[in-house]
Parts: sequence; C-alpha cells; structure tokens
Amino acid sequence: MLAYPVSVPLPSADKRWKLVEATIRRHGHKGTALIEVLHTVQESFGFLDEVSLRFVATSLRLPLSKVYGVATFYHYFTLKPPGEHTCVVCMGTGCYVKGAGDLLRTIEETAHIKPGETTPDGKISVVAARCIGACSLAPALVFDGEVQSKADSDAIRREFRRWMGHAA
Amino acid sequence: MQLEELHEIAETEREAQKQFSKNLHVCVAAGCLSQRSDQILTALQTEVKARGMDGCCKVKGVGCMGLCAAGPLLRSEPQHTYYRGLAPDHPEILNAILDNLDDRPVPEFALSPELPFFSAQRKIVLENCGEIDPERIEEYIAAGGYEALLTAIATRSSDDVVQEVIRSGLRGRGGGGYPTGLKWSMVAKAPGSQKYVICNADEGDPGAFMDRSVLESDPHRVLEGMILAAYAVGASKGYIYCRAEYPLAVKRLKIAIRQAERLGLLGKRIGDSDFGFEIEIRLGAGAFVCGEETALIASVEGKRGVPRPRPPFPAYSGLNHCATLLNNVETFANIAPILRNGGDWYAAIGTEKSKGTKVFALVGDVVNTGLIEVAMGIKLRDLVFTLGGGMVGNHHFKAVQTGGPSGGCLPDQFLDMSVDYESLMAAGSIMGSGGMIVMDDTACMVDVAKFFMDFTRDESCGKCIPCRVGTTQLHGLLERISEGKGQMEDIDTLERLGRMVKRTALCGLGQTAPNPVSSTLRYFRDEYENHIRTRTCPQGRCACTKAQPAAQHE
Repeated sequence: MLAYPVSVPLPSADKRWKLVEATIRRHGHKGTALIEVLHTVQESFGFLDEVSLRFVATSLRLPLSKVYGVATFYHYFTLKPPGEHTCVVCMGTGCYVKGAGDLLRTIEETAHIKPGETTPDGKISVVAARCIGACSLAPALVFDGEVQSKADSDAIRREFRRWMGHAA
Repeated sequence: MQLEELHEIAETEREAQKQFSKNLHVCVAAGCLSQRSDQILTALQTEVKARGMDGCCKVKGVGCMGLCAAGPLLRSEPQHTYYRGLAPDHPEILNAILDNLDDRPVPEFALSPELPFFSAQRKIVLENCGEIDPERIEEYIAAGGYEALLTAIATRSSDDVVQEVIRSGLRGRGGGGYPTGLKWSMVAKAPGSQKYVICNADEGDPGAFMDRSVLESDPHRVLEGMILAAYAVGASKGYIYCRAEYPLAVKRLKIAIRQAERLGLLGKRIGDSDFGFEIEIRLGAGAFVCGEETALIASVEGKRGVPRPRPPFPAYSGLNHCATLLNNVETFANIAPILRNGGDWYAAIGTEKSKGTKVFALVGDVVNTGLIEVAMGIKLRDLVFTLGGGMVGNHHFKAVQTGGPSGGCLPDQFLDMSVDYESLMAAGSIMGSGGMIVMDDTACMVDVAKFFMDFTRDESCGKCIPCRVGTTQLHGLLERISEGKGQMEDIDTLERLGRMVKRTALCGLGQTAPNPVSSTLRYFRDEYENHIRTRTCPQGRCACTKAQPAAQHE
C-alpha cells in the first residue's frame, strides 16, 4: 500500500479549497471518497469546473477520465455555474399528476429557459428534480432552497419578477 | 453502556417529561417545515414563556404526524387533538389554542384523532414519529429505544437474532420483497472476516417519501436496526447511502450517529461486549439506478452507479468484494420492534405471505395526502376512500399507481383487492417501496405511461442495450401516440418491445421499466386506441389536443 503523503498544491489561494482539502484528508486520499469530495466541491463552489476536477483527480490519484465520468453520471453534479437564483421544479409523479408540467410551461414563458438552463444574464437557473419528497404538498417548487408547496403559476411569476428586479 | 444505565436514562427522561401536564407537538419534518412550522414552534415557545406557562406546558418539535395535506400540524396532549392549517402570521389562532388548553379544543382548527385517517392505521415503523424529538436520543431511549439492542447483545447469540427475524416473516421493504431473515442468514454464513451492512436510503421512486419521513422523524430507529443487523451477521462497518436531496434527513442522521457514539451504542465495545460497529453516511448524487443493490455498492465505492450481473450476490461479494448486507430504511426500522416483541408477534400481523405493516405515501388526487402505515392485506378501497378520504372535488377514481417507475396502474376493478406483495404482482403492478399515487378521471393514462418511460429512459445507466435503447424506443412510440401521430401497429410494437426489454435487461430497472406501459395497455387499452383513432386526448393532457382548437378554426 502506498503510504506516502500526497500533497497537491491548491489551485488558488481561494479559502474554499481548504474545505475540499479537508474532505480529501478526512478520507485518507482514497479514491472511494470521490463522490464525497465532489459533493464538497459543489457545495463550496456551486459547480464543478475543469480546475476542480483536475485537482480532485490528482489528489485522489484517479484518472481524470474517471472523475469526469462520475461527475457527469450523477444528476446532482453540475459542470455549469448556477445562476444567482435557482428554481427547482419537482417532477416526481405526485407533482406531475398535480400539474408540474404546467409550471414548467409558465417558467418557459416567463424566463424563456428550460430545465437545466440559466438565463443569459446569469440571474435565474431552472432545474427539474426527480422528486424532492414533498409529494403530499404537490406540486412543489424550491426557490433558493425554500420549498414552496402547492405552487401555482402565479407564485412563479411573482418570484421571478422579484429576482429579475434585482438586476435593476 | 449496559442495560441498567439505559434504564436509568429512560427513567430520568420520563420523570422530566412527567413535570409537564400539557404537551404541544409541532411537526418539523420537511412537509410541514416547508409551510414554516419552525416559526410556529418558536412563536408558541415564546408565547408559552411570556404567559409563564413554561413550567407546565412543553412545546417541542417532532417528526411527521402523517396528515401532510393539513399541515402545518400541531398535536395537543392531553386534549388528544390535532390542529390543522396553522400559520405563523396568524398569532390569534395560536393564542386561541393556548387559551383553551384546559378547555375544549378550538373547534375551527381541531381534528379528532378518531378520524379514520388516524384510527385505521397500525403503527410499528412510525410509532415514534410525531411523538419524540428526533434530535434527542434521550426521548428515543425513554420510548424503549436501544433496549432491544442491548438485550440482544447481553443475552442472545447472533444466530438467535437471525432466527427471530426469520420467524417474523419480514420481507424487504425496498420493493423486491425478498425475505429479510434469509438475506441475513446468507450474509451471516458467508465466509470472510470483514463484512458490511448498508442501509439503502436513496429513495428514488418519484412520488414516495416514506424513508425520508422515517429518517427525519426517528433516525435512531434505523440506527438500532442496523446495529442489530451488524451484530447478527458479524459486520463491523456500516454505511447509510442517503440522497443528497434530503439535507434534513442527513443532518438528523449525523446528529443521531454522534449521540449514539457518545453513549457507547455505536463504536467499539457496544454494550461492553466485544462487538463493535461504526456507521458512516455516504451521499447519493441523484441516480435512480443506485436503488439497485450492485449499483448502490459501486456508488458507495465512489464509482459510477452501474449495476453488474448477479451472481455473485452482494451477500457473498459486495462492497470491496466482502459479504454485504443491504436493506432499505423501512426494513431496518422494523427490526427493533421485532426483537422487542418477538417474531411471532410480528408474523401475526398482515396476511399469510406478507407479514407486518407497510408504510405508504398516499399522494395524488385524494383528500388526505400524507404518510400512513397500515397492516398488510388492507383493501385498496380502504386506503383510497377511508384513509385517503376519497377524491378531491367531484371527480371519480380512475387508477392508483403503485411501485413507482417499476410498477403499474390499477383501475377500479381492483379496489377490493388486498394490498400485499402477491396480489399486487398478480394484478400487474408491484408493492415497490410504498408510493401510492391516486389519479382521478382527469388523468390520461398514455400521458402517465409516457411520464414514467421518460423517467426510466433518462435514468437508464446505459450499460445494457435492451434498457438503454429499449426505453428510448418505447418512449418514442408513446410520444408519437400522445402527439396524435400514432398508428394502430404501435400498440403491438409497444407490447413486443416491452416483453423483450423485460426479458433481456441486466438489472431490475430495465426489467421492470415496461411495467407502466404494459399495465396501462392491459387496463386502459381503449385510451391508447382513442388517441390513435381520433388523434386527440380526451383528458386534454397530451400534446395532440393542443393542435385541436386551431384545426377547428380553419
């Protein structure tokens, strides 16, 4: 077993890299911790970019291809920077039968973006979730981490107007 | 920690609880929390203190009470009353509730626990949910928690524990329904000194939130089940594979693990014996296929969640090629009561082949949406109409969807069917993990089938061709029909392709992916034919109807 300590220089002086390094160290630089480490990167930076993927690969002694494979396999990881605000639309069965499809249409009409996209000004991202487990309060939305239960198109228009207003 | 110390903690906690003659329980599980129940909790606590009642009235946050539709929920004891639909910006309601603690409950907001939704349930897994504060181990211990564990370690052999679980007849609650005791004995007999226990908390079925509620409301129950399992099979290390989408569940699990470690219920020398066990949490990252056991194990190893052919089964060669016991959250949550009350007690509940109770997430177009636990063998009609309170508005029942993307839609002719593994299977659906989505007459079955096929197409890991290509083709055919461009032959193709995918796919995801299509074709074939013949969707759900008004204008 390789016992030498791996010290990979941090990509920049950004303090958030310390958090990533702490997770890597806590798992003993083991490749099995890949998903845990990617979670920390995304939690700290909001997304995974090439710099972070290369850093994680070197630190865990994994091929970059494997790191990239894992990062793109799982829905939770995103390689694109999120917008300033995020709207998650739950597309679980409970929400779907309660009209989540209509909510997506409203979003498309209001902000002209589809799930997985961000408005050109970088203000709003829209994500479709598999199921956030709020099925009995369907349809559910998540506005910047706050669950909105029994949501309707008006709620979307109101929130989006507020978010877009921040630009002015 | 030994049994006497545990009893002491329980006694101290019970004494402390006795000081309060009145108890207000506010639900702080995710459903009610999304309706700002945390603010209600703080508002009540502040008001009780301001009134100088904090010596006799205890206000605390608890886990899920089930009736999420009426949330945020509050329970008042000893009044034996639920209060519904509270709001933090209406302090007058909260004040009225506090004013009447010694009197009759405020009728406008009160719900009787005698309602069928509450009284028709049989709670084993959920017995502590809504009763205890999920972030305090003392309350779990006062409710009899960890007694089964310490008793087993002190007085029973590991084989004895396995036998008790076999006697209970418990079957895997994740969907497969494999006998739990049998799985345990396989892992216990498997060679190798290093063994693992993994809890599958990657609740991927859309429309289901049973595991989330259990983890958020009673995390220690799951830990105790896992520790007992580790003792029974001889494992020293465990993982809980939990969805990253459930941050509250993860937070409460972390707290619970820390508390259990501090009391010596986890870690080295549990119950002052030679048995040691530690648990780590692993976050899922949003891949439905990780519900399949070999894919889940790959994910715990930090790899892409891709299944592999079985055998070898994880019971012989799982995580790091060691024998691995993998059970679902609800399965583990059943273990402590089984050991406390005996396998025979558990086996007396339910039907001949499906023992015990099952937790369901009752959602969709019923009045009382929420979380319920009922004895196996209950009639589907009782679930939908007695507990569920019937359909919303003046709509009629059309179908109930069970088993998530692997299950099927059952029409009204099955309402008097008993809900158990065998009956559901015979009707063309499956028990699954417990999602039960009720649909009224506004639902279009082609649209529902398309929804699920879109899901499995997207979630297919791409390893085997039948699933990767088959689900895409099935979805394409459904899309064509829903757009009003279908041909009658498409129905035959759907059936033929569905059978092929079912027979040849590598894992459970692919093998069951055609189920939503085959079950809707079996019971709602006329809807498919209607879409093809008239090129419209009677329910107005599919894309073909959109073109319709434009055509009429011409």
